[in-house]
Amino acid sequence: MNRVHLIVLTSTLMLIGSIVFSYKALVLDFPLVSQVQSDIWDVEIHLSFVPENKPVKVSMNLPRNSRRFAIVNENFVSRGYGVNVVTEDGKRKIHWSIRKVRGDQNLYYRATVRRMDRDIPQRNPEGTGPRKPDLKGAYREASEALVSEAREKSADIDGIVIELLHRLNNPRTGDNAELLLGKKASVQKKVELSVQLLALAGIHARSVHGIRLEYQRRNSEIIHWVEIYDQKQWVSYDPVTGNRGVPEDYLAWWRGMQPLVESQGAKNLVATVSVSRSEEPALQAVLETGEMKKSFLMNFSLFSLPIETQSVYRVILLLPVGVLLLVILRNVIGIRTFGTFMPVLIALAFRETQLLWGLFLFTSLIAMGLAIRLYLAHLKLLVVPRLAAILIIVIFLMAIFSILTHKLGFERGLSVALFPMVILTMTIERMSIIWEELGAYQTLKQGAWSILAAVLAYLVMTIRHLEHVLFVFPELLLILLAVTIWLGRYSGFRLLELLRFKSLTRIRSDV
Amino acid sequence: MFRLKKQLSEIGVLGINRRNAEYTMKYNSRDRYPLVDDKLRTKKLVAEAGIAVPELYGVMESESQVRRFPEMIEPYAEFALKPARGSGGNGILVISGSSKDMYRRVDGLLLTREEVKYHLSNVISGIYSLGGQPDKALIEYRVQFDPVFEAISYQGVPDIRVIVFLGVPVMSMVRLPTRMSGGKANLHQGAIGAGIDIGTGTSLTAVWRNTIIGEHPDTGNPVTGARIPNWEKLLKIAALCNEITGLGYIGVDLVLDKDRGPLILEMNARPGLNIQIANRAGLLPRLKLVEQYHNELVNLDDRIEFSKHNFENRR
Repeated sequence: MNRVHLIVLTSTLMLIGSIVFSYKALVLDFPLVSQVQSDIWDVEIHLSFVPENKPVKVSMNLPRNSRRFAIVNENFVSRGYGVNVVTEDGKRKIHWSIRKVRGDQNLYYRATVRRMDRDIPQRNPEGTGPRKPDLKGAYREASEALVSEAREKSADIDGIVIELLHRLNNPRTGDNAELLLGKKASVQKKVELSVQLLALAGIHARSVHGIRLEYQRRNSEIIHWVEIYDQKQWVSYDPVTGNRGVPEDYLAWWRGMQPLVESQGAKNLVATVSVSRSEEPALQAVLETGEMKKSFLMNFSLFSLPIETQSVYRVILLLPVGVLLLVILRNVIGIRTFGTFMPVLIALAFRETQLLWGLFLFTSLIAMGLAIRLYLAHLKLLVVPRLAAILIIVIFLMAIFSILTHKLGFERGLSVALFPMVILTMTIERMSIIWEELGAYQTLKQGAWSILAAVLAYLVMTIRHLEHVLFVFPELLLILLAVTIWLGRYSGFRLLELLRFKSLTRIRSDV
Repeated sequence: MFRLKKQLSEIGVLGINRRNAEYTMKYNSRDRYPLVDDKLRTKKLVAEAGIAVPELYGVMESESQVRRFPEMIEPYAEFALKPARGSGGNGILVISGSSKDMYRRVDGLLLTREEVKYHLSNVISGIYSLGGQPDKALIEYRVQFDPVFEAISYQGVPDIRVIVFLGVPVMSMVRLPTRMSGGKANLHQGAIGAGIDIGTGTSLTAVWRNTIIGEHPDTGNPVTGARIPNWEKLLKIAALCNEITGLGYIGVDLVLDKDRGPLILEMNARPGLNIQIANRAGLLPRLKLVEQYHNELVNLDDRIEFSKHNFENRR
């Protein structure tokens, strides 16, 4: 009876799961494989500075919608500051201001950038020609010589630009280009210079500054390139290769000669740009056609949630996989771990810290915590205050770790803060009790198994395909559930039990 | 690997998964667990049924009681202190003598009054209990064990574990403390497990840390062949625990007191499986035999007879 019940239940779950799954995969054409080419990025600029003893004004250039990219969602984090976004002269700027402020300051600008192709009216340059730069003496002569050389060797505007960039990129000693650039000129300098030279040649040109939309990047560099107004449209040129066009993933942030950030009353200003690609796969097509079909499944999918919540569910949906792995490790293999789900939660933290850093941080935190806990045993504290004390110590150690690694320049060390503190505390307490009861060997053995389980869970939970498949087909959880229930009735030997009872077979065969 | 699995299945070794799925979960109903998870309740229950238990001196449930502990324990020179919901022998402290401010642990270590109180408050706050729930500390008679085991145990009290299935004793072993186990009769901590022939009550060869041994590692005396006095009485007491608790599959832990005979220490609704190694035999064939015939076994004498007849060591 019981058994029939079990079989009916698990096969029903399996069946529902697979039917919904196949319907979505085969009929609705949900992609089974994730397309890593997602078209959404999150960009963040973090400004930090120390205020001087006077009113602070910080202005920063902001990106605008362009033909390639749309700025979808912007927000500013700046406690206490007056914020003002203005568009002047075709440029968007944000002004932060505050009258009185003390201590280190941090301002954040965050935007979501979405790639799209569309026509956006371009601003045409005013007047008949560009304003000629005001150059004097040798510089003027060198510039004019360079421009006329370039002009002689080319037939059209495109040719002039390419020729000029080529000359600027390969200056020969004693050359006009070298005179103008000086030694070891930066890309930015070359860009600014080429804009001047092109103006001299009567060509509308402007410098563009932007960032590269990469998969994941902290401390992204600002890149520079040139735009030329040619045949009624602005065309980009890459100053490094000297060719027409810049890579697709260059996002223009601002144009012109000004720096990204200008400030008054602030010193030591540092701007850090970070970019990360949103994990939204190219499901849009399916979703859009789905909305037209008004399929029930479509309305009832995780995609109907806001993007931020979606990203939370991407992680949450991986937990069942980690937990199933733990069930297998414990009930089929037979290893013992500290805490039932501790390894899965640690694995979750590893996702953020990366494996090696995570392992290093985790083991050192636990080791230090354990050492202090074993010392605390001498003080004979009651249990709840003792646990609270360990929690405080864990947090303290985490903070010290973050500071130390930050000072040493390992930014990864900051991610120690992502470890679940309460879980760490309980793990330390359990370890210390086992240490006192069963000795160091047992403690380390169980600790090693726990870490192994966490690493395995991490490896499984970082499979990108798995994340994608579970998020797009959450009905697969029903199949996971069925497997888990079925494992709950597994009554065979655990793998490690075979070793444990091995001596029994030996005796028998001797007799 | 598969060969090993096959061999173990042939012997009829019971694994944890099968024990849980087919025995403890099937024959032990959840609402009965509290009876055996709390040693105080077990003790009362067993005593009401007229079976001997170590005498209870006192129970500590709060810090204020812990403060009054020295006065409470005054009349007794020797005692054992246990967490009511402890598992695996953890948290047990046996005191073999006390002077004005000091207590002597069985291994000879002197403990101050403060240290004993700290241990008590740890017990009460639940560090030894499952799930860390608040607990009680039992203070009870320290068993004066029967000389039959004197030569083959190192400090501590050897205890006898009987697995009782549906009222029939199916397997038994004696656990002998060693220096390594710190006087505790717990196999995980390094105690010796020696199988006992259910038919005669004599000890078989012993297992110590997964190896077969003939002599006690600390005393050097042969472990095999010790004959337990009052064996039949002991079996009956163990078998009765099935009716007392209503649990179908239990491990009953007893001690043999020099003067008071077999006393029930505690029961376990999820008894360990190492007993199979100590007996060099699998539990499954025995359990299946009992499942098949237990309806025909009307009274206690039938069950003991069945047990002695079928599970006698015939090698």
